[in-house]
Amino acid sequence: MKKIINDPETVVQDALRGMQAAHPDLLTVHLDPAVVVRADAPVRGKVAIISGGGSGHEPLHGGFVGRGMLDAACPGAVFTSPTSDQVLDAVVRTDGGAGALLIVKNYTGDVLNFEMAGELAESEVRSVVIDDDVAVKDSLYTAGRRGVGGTVLLEKIVGAAAERGDDLAACEALAQRVIGSVRSMGLALTSCTVPHVGEPSFALADDEMEIGIGIHGEPGRQRVPVGSASEMVSALLEPVLEDLPFASGDRVLLFTNSMGGTPLIELYLAHGIAEQLLADRGITVERRLVGPYITSLEMQGMSLTLLRLDDEMIELWDAPVHTAALRWGV
Amino acid sequence: MGCTAADVVAALRVAAAVVQEHRDELVRLDQAIGDADHGENMRRGFTAVLSRLDAEEPATPGKVLKLVATTLISTVGGAAGPLYGTAFLRAAAAVGEAEELDCEAVSKALRAALDGVVARGKAVVGDKTMVDALTPAVAAAASVDSSVAAVLSAAADAAFEGAESTVPMVARKGRASYLGERSAGHLDPGARSTALLLRAFADAAAKA
Repeated sequence: MKKIINDPETVVQDALRGMQAAHPDLLTVHLDPAVVVRADAPVRGKVAIISGGGSGHEPLHGGFVGRGMLDAACPGAVFTSPTSDQVLDAVVRTDGGAGALLIVKNYTGDVLNFEMAGELAESEVRSVVIDDDVAVKDSLYTAGRRGVGGTVLLEKIVGAAAERGDDLAACEALAQRVIGSVRSMGLALTSCTVPHVGEPSFALADDEMEIGIGIHGEPGRQRVPVGSASEMVSALLEPVLEDLPFASGDRVLLFTNSMGGTPLIELYLAHGIAEQLLADRGITVERRLVGPYITSLEMQGMSLTLLRLDDEMIELWDAPVHTAALRWGV
Repeated sequence: MGCTAADVVAALRVAAAVVQEHRDELVRLDQAIGDADHGENMRRGFTAVLSRLDAEEPATPGKVLKLVATTLISTVGGAAGPLYGTAFLRAAAAVGEAEELDCEAVSKALRAALDGVVARGKAVVGDKTMVDALTPAVAAAASVDSSVAAVLSAAADAAFEGAESTVPMVARKGRASYLGERSAGHLDPGARSTALLLRAFADAAAKA
């Protein structure tokens, strides 16, 4: 294992210290328990938007803490959900008197820890669970679909709503509307190595790719020979389009995401193909996001996320945001 | 002869050592069907339990169990943190303020732990989770009343069998469920850690 780390045990804390050093104007890092809070928290009268999850997906979630997006992020150990006392601490530190909305990705550990925190909180707390990954079958016999790329779009849009003064019920309803309109799927060309494990999470031959990968190195839907970029984009886009389903005349936000190890040159190449495929189907790409925003450590691979937009979502997407990873209108 | 707060502390020290010893094994089991964090999360949690036990001396078995619960909840993360935390919390509530635990109290605590895990995680027998180890353990414990060590030993034996029974199962809860049929053929790491903990408690009780 070759990584820029001192000690696998302190990777998360060490990275958080660096993050504090890099962005003192945007955020405050607390280490015990680990919580990243926006620098001007708590904001009086504003609904606090709080998320969190395992580390290793940077910039998700700490990179999205700041004006117009998250009030706090709770980073767990690498690929491990945060503990409920981290979430509870975030709720207390960001309490501006208007309640808190917890944005939870649908993984068993995340759901249980956020649920416990909600039960322990003394202020008003509601939570929404995002499950946009079409690779996983949603049935009584699984933990349900995973929360992946759609999380980034959800945090931006709901964060903007809270910033303009929407109340807790309105933020929750908007979040449910976004969750109902967003779908994603990813693929991996290589595995990734969790620091405390020291070896790759799974093995992929040089000529293989895994379609439907999760963001924790979980195996996906199927393992197939590596194809061309056009084949890869189709393999991700088709199931996404069929699932909602998206139809001709829809206006969408297309989010082309790197799993961490795929360079921008390949990501733009893939994004261009995806835009063309959508245009061919009469779907209008109104907004786009391209880059590494929800990653799996150093994994090579990508995910595509489509969000069906309405006028309000477009307005909120365009609203000013000032965070380490997303910044416009400021 | 009952089991005092000091006995429970001694059992937890054995458990912490067992978790440390099996850390890599639990990581490997989790790597196959989950996200490779169970061994490390349990090690982190029980290391924290040890330092709390070094610093504090809870007066009753119930208080020891509660300290374990709050420590695991705040240090383990993942699904195991809330699940084991809830298990110890319910066990603590079940034994109340008793100074010593007899066979019946230990059996009752195990039953309460199982009920807590089921309430929190909503898993049932056959879902390929720790419930598959804990359920038979509770049943076995209830059938023994000769000594606390015998109760825990019966529970541990049943838990190991229960854990083994998860190998052919297709997971229906947790991250392993994403694999569907591909999860069959692997031992569930949570069921394995449950069996290991009960064996550690039984071994400690036998020496007490």
